[in-house]
Amino acid sequence: MKELFPIKQVMGFIFSLVLTAVALAVYFFDMSFTAGMTILLVTAFIQAGLQLVMFMHAGESEDKAHIYTNVYYGIFIAIVTILGTLLTMVWGYV
Amino acid sequence: MEFFERFAIPHPSPAIYASMVAIGLTVIAIIAGLTYFKKWGYLWREWLTTVDHKRIGIMYLISALLMLFRGGADAIMMRAQLSMPENKLLDAQHYNEIFTTHGVVMIMFMAMPFIMALMNFVVPLQIGARDVAFPRLNALSFWLFFMGAMLFNISFVIGGSPDAGWTSYFPLAGTEFSESVGTNYYMIALQIAGIGTLATGINFMTTILKMRAPGMTLMKMPMFTWSAFITNIIIVFAFPVLTVALAMGTLDRLFASNFFTTNNGGMDMLWANLFWVWGHPEVYILVLPAFGIYSEIISTFARRNLYGYKSMVASMVIISLLSFLVWVHHFFTMGQGAFVNSIFSITTMAIAVPTGVKIFNWLFTLWKGKIVITTPMLYSLLFIPLFTIGGVTGVMLGMSAADYQYHNTMFLVAHFHLVIIPGVVFAMLAGLTYYWPKMFGFMLNERLGKLSAWIISISTLVAFIPMFFSGLDGQARRMYTYSEQAGFTMWNMISFVGAAGLAIGFALIVYNIYYSIRYAPRDIGSDPWDARSLEWATHSPVPEYNFAIVPNVDSTEAFWDAKKKGHKLFKGELEKIHMPNNSPIPFIMSSIFFVWGFSFVFAMWIPLIIATIGIFGCMAYQSFEKDHGRYISVEEIKETEEKLGGPTV
Ligand code: HEM
Ligand SMILES: [Cu+2]
Repeated sequence: MKELFPIKQVMGFIFSLVLTAVALAVYFFDMSFTAGMTILLVTAFIQAGLQLVMFMHAGESEDKAHIYTNVYYGIFIAIVTILGTLLTMVWGYV
Repeated sequence: MEFFERFAIPHPSPAIYASMVAIGLTVIAIIAGLTYFKKWGYLWREWLTTVDHKRIGIMYLISALLMLFRGGADAIMMRAQLSMPENKLLDAQHYNEIFTTHGVVMIMFMAMPFIMALMNFVVPLQIGARDVAFPRLNALSFWLFFMGAMLFNISFVIGGSPDAGWTSYFPLAGTEFSESVGTNYYMIALQIAGIGTLATGINFMTTILKMRAPGMTLMKMPMFTWSAFITNIIIVFAFPVLTVALAMGTLDRLFASNFFTTNNGGMDMLWANLFWVWGHPEVYILVLPAFGIYSEIISTFARRNLYGYKSMVASMVIISLLSFLVWVHHFFTMGQGAFVNSIFSITTMAIAVPTGVKIFNWLFTLWKGKIVITTPMLYSLLFIPLFTIGGVTGVMLGMSAADYQYHNTMFLVAHFHLVIIPGVVFAMLAGLTYYWPKMFGFMLNERLGKLSAWIISISTLVAFIPMFFSGLDGQARRMYTYSEQAGFTMWNMISFVGAAGLAIGFALIVYNIYYSIRYAPRDIGSDPWDARSLEWATHSPVPEYNFAIVPNVDSTEAFWDAKKKGHKLFKGELEKIHMPNNSPIPFIMSSIFFVWGFSFVFAMWIPLIIATIGIFGCMAYQSFEKDHGRYISVEEIKETEEKLGGPTV
């Protein structure tokens, strides 16, 4: 019986609900913009990672390497795009 | 009555009324023709509901050719208008609409489906697969693209065309300066087509990673498949940016949000930024498959293997990364500092290096090859010098300080046409000619083909080289006229002659298709070009299951080895083959998307909500549908193989 109960998934599910609740708190409590944004970003990234690894089974198949290569590539492109945009539109704008 | 007024053209002219009549008559003729020849059932069973990658490829091809003529008509009108100073053929508003639709149609609805056509047709055959990984999704991609294209194309007779340029910069594209629904069409039609493209990207990445024939490791894939793989990676990472930017633009226009406005905290140049974050990778999405086609053709007709396989792959991987690092070169003049511009100048120069590596690899392949000049080869050879002109002027534009001179002049227009026409259009025409016998079982006429290759090449030079000079003299792009004193007259007249030459070249291709359908011999076998990769190892036209027995690969040129070195390609016995069933869902769902898009353009919320429910309904139906595909029995395979003339190798 014990092997059949998907304890890992249930814990994961609860954890993702907690993350959602924390993110929601930003709306209900009065806090500075920076604090709010930080909470949102941190919970969002943990949430995305959780979904990908636990519920979309990223690490469980034999083509794990392909999947993670793609994910890292995506993260790289996203960071370049965001930093590049900030650089041109804000920091480097004279 | 008030309700219908919104569909009226804000700025009509006799030409538009004539087009309305022409469109109406064509639709009636098509419907009547289909009914008269009793072809509705055939159309529905064999084409509208098909999930076969080869048929989907052919439908992409037909759409691309149609759009080539739509975009070409725009081009001729523009060049005619500019051929003389103070010309009255088009007024400013019409000129704006025409250059906008020309750009969008050519990039999104001509070049994109053209590469999709070749990718769809060729990639599964080259890797020895029976279809793509998700055949039904593939059909959905096509139909979404098609409905997006149709939605965009009806704009000029219903409600008015977009007129803010194919780049659709804000604040010009905002509601303040573009009141008509034209720009809504732009936002929503591209959104629909873009979703289809994104799905193709995922589909082909999976196909290439998962469905290769036994023995075909990644480093044994043919070069076109490699280029398609890299292209689809770029699609998957670049298109979401377009999706988001279009969604923000739509919100601004229809729900009065302030992403790209000039007040209330909006940032108008953010649109330009996001557009080019997608837009520069997009130019590589277009050109990489073209490079793949050239690699196939050059090694086939130089009669030797491709020089520098590994460096070809490496240069494409590097291009895929660098293509995301250069986008700011499209707006060096926006106002960011010299530091930022220098960074993006350097990355821009850097991207010319892997491109150069590829050019040299082709040259080395040609060197010591036994060159056979066929039509596809002729295009490939003409591509090299023409593309070099475009590339070198690209590097000039890439120097940010100098770009203040060139930016938004005809010099820029000359640059990108001289990379896109030889780089993409020539490749597509070469690919079309090269794969035509595989698609349809007969060849296009070589004499006519070569003649059109020459006409098109020379006309390209005649049409676009003058723009370098008029641009340096100060002629701005997108101006609908100029005065005689400006001194641009001669250059623009020459350019018009070139444009007319291009029209003749393309018309000749159409004539060639007609001529070859009537007169070309049909007994050409399955390998008319004496080619090297797997797509030529099966029959022409290709049976629906592609290969009766899945091929066995142990080099980059398995078919060549099978022909020349006695490698055994097809091992084992015939077995029943599992194939996917046809499905009407992609077509129906995309048709609903069309209604959805149309309602969105005109802000008709009730039909929009109904269509949205319809779309979700289709998805729900699809999720619960039990469809395990079907089997083709061994007897049936034997019969088909017999009819097509027995084993090929
Ligand atoms: C050697 C490589 C290339 C370099 C260094 C280069 C550089 C540039 C630069 C700096 C611009 C912006 C100029 C300006 O707005 O003032 C530009 C525009 C453009 N390039 Fe290239 N380019 C290269 C290759 C290509 C290729 C291969 C394509 C397409 C297949 C392409 C398509 C375009 C297009 C469509 C535009 C203009 C878009 C517009 O403003 O409407 N380029 N290029
Ligand atoms: Cu660019």
